[in-house]
Amino acid sequence: MSRLSPDNVLLAKEIIGRYPRPKSALIPLLHLAQEQAGYVSNDAMEHIAELTGVTPAEVLGTCSFYEMFKREQVGKYMVNICTNISCQLNGGEELLHHAEETLGIRPGGTTDDGMFTLEDVECIAACTEAPCLQVNYRYEYRIDNDGFDKLIDDLRNGNRYDIPHHGTLARIRQHLDPERAAGIESPEVTGKPQWFADREPAPESEKETA
Amino acid sequence: MATNAYVEHAPGYVDNVGPKVVTSRFGDPESYKLERSEATGGYGALRAVLQMKPDEVHGQVRDAVLLGRGGAGFPAGVKWGFMPPVWPRYLVVNGDESEPGTYKDRLLMERDPHQLIEGCLITCYALGLNTCFLYVRGEMALAQERIAEALNDAYEAGYVGRNIMGTDVSIDVVLTWGAGAYIVGEETALIESLEGNRGMPRLKPPFFPAAKGLYMKPTIVNNVETLANLPWIMLNGPEAYKQFGSEKSPGTRMLAISGHVKRPGVYEVEQGKVTFRDLFYGDNYCQGIRDDNDLKMFIPGGGSAPWFFEDQLDLPLEAADVGAAGSMLGSGAIVVMDETTDAVRACLRVVRFFARESCGKCTPCREGTTWEEKILQRILDGHGRPEDIDLLLDIGSQISPGPYPVAAFEAAGETAVPFPPKQTTICPLGPSSVAPITSAIRRFRDEFEAKIQAPEEVPA
Repeated sequence: MSRLSPDNVLLAKEIIGRYPRPKSALIPLLHLAQEQAGYVSNDAMEHIAELTGVTPAEVLGTCSFYEMFKREQVGKYMVNICTNISCQLNGGEELLHHAEETLGIRPGGTTDDGMFTLEDVECIAACTEAPCLQVNYRYEYRIDNDGFDKLIDDLRNGNRYDIPHHGTLARIRQHLDPERAAGIESPEVTGKPQWFADREPAPESEKETA
Repeated sequence: MATNAYVEHAPGYVDNVGPKVVTSRFGDPESYKLERSEATGGYGALRAVLQMKPDEVHGQVRDAVLLGRGGAGFPAGVKWGFMPPVWPRYLVVNGDESEPGTYKDRLLMERDPHQLIEGCLITCYALGLNTCFLYVRGEMALAQERIAEALNDAYEAGYVGRNIMGTDVSIDVVLTWGAGAYIVGEETALIESLEGNRGMPRLKPPFFPAAKGLYMKPTIVNNVETLANLPWIMLNGPEAYKQFGSEKSPGTRMLAISGHVKRPGVYEVEQGKVTFRDLFYGDNYCQGIRDDNDLKMFIPGGGSAPWFFEDQLDLPLEAADVGAAGSMLGSGAIVVMDETTDAVRACLRVVRFFARESCGKCTPCREGTTWEEKILQRILDGHGRPEDIDLLLDIGSQISPGPYPVAAFEAAGETAVPFPPKQTTICPLGPSSVAPITSAIRRFRDEFEAKIQAPEEVPA
């Protein structure tokens, strides 16, 4: 269905170049595939396998371990409600219950119009602002039932321009300009960086670098 | 595309009275920008460090007794010393904050990414390595965005990359990120994840990451908050750093205090100088329990920590004291529960976390945590059996052979069992699931029994 687009292939190659071994780029590349299609398709995983020189099974093996990767289409907005301890103490489970009733779905389900997928998630590091939730990994803090209803209305009416579609994480990417980069160290290289050798107190180790 | 396309109001941090080592820029809403960081001394420590010998830098960090802030509290300077003289070597920054109740690294990454990057560079310089991977938790989109922007700006300014500040020193810092797995916070699992694998911990011994880590090369894994301390230490010196905190635990810590308190928040607090009572009831901190209720219990160091009660309120925030009292300070996550809290329900919620997040590598954890969850769920649902309480303790003892660490219960004449627990598993995730069970049953066995004998109506 969806292999990576030509633009994303270029980006994928740039990302692979940042790691000493191509397989290390698997998680960022799976995110890229999810950003392109909203989920990770089998075709995308096969394409990533080709790009990184590992088997498709290895890509699936990594992909299936991590909760954020969805292997089938999900809603435009992933609504993740935290019910872990700090949120539970402040009404997180009641908020989840309200969300289930409002959206008419259980955790893991998607609304018929394809707008929302609901998830019951673990601690998302906003414990002092409980209960909290994320929509496509953007936070909403200290949210009550009315706040939740307003959030859903705003999302349905397209009033939340600040929240991208599912799959997009950071909208600013690191760009490693080869002109400015030090050069990622390959595990096959031996020997310490010259700048470090030059600053060492004892001269013993100079033999190795000579 | 607009830079920083969304601006999130930034709650959490509470500006309090103590010294500020890592949160000094938090009052500025634009603290994440390079020019704001530079205007307040950002990258000044790096400039000074580049004039020193790497050995001296390492020595100063060792002298400062900078304890790891990720949970184990091991001195960073000593950990660095475990690296054999083998190259290449790597630095991996653990920004996979996900312990229940923990909320500090995300703030440091979102609000002061340049401080963290500077800390990474100081570490790389001290250890003679030129590649650092900064691993941010997958769910933290804003932190990833802020760090990406900060790195782009810092490369542009010549603070990172080739010939840093015009010297011959070249170091790359690469942003990388996860995809939702608590276990990846464990350092060997983090390394597996960074190699593109399923995030399952490695058996250690034989190999510890400092000797054989990423690509089986020497690797130091440090927590975000640990590295964020370095610019301050290098600018002001280890002696000044040791003026803060206690003798055994110098410096400050970021503590997230959540749950049933009037003013929950993230506070930067001197280590060892305040007690839990000060934090919960002090005017400078949480200002009391909500509705002036009584305290029922609290978690002193994240979901993995055994629970404390009013008897432990006067303990100082000192790792050794808290450990001897049967729990840990862990990742600086304190969760306060008042008298209205249902102990069984709270226990189930923490256990369910570990059951969901078990990576499945070790049988006692994979099976045991799931059994614990199911049994607690049936007790809560009104289908508990009288033997379930002992069954829970028995399953716990298969994951962590007892006696399990637990706080003293003076009224019942029971003493504390010191931390840490034993384990039948590779990593401490499985044993952590036993903490809420042992703590809750020892103290509130009657609540479990009451639920088993007289089931409550449970909402659907």
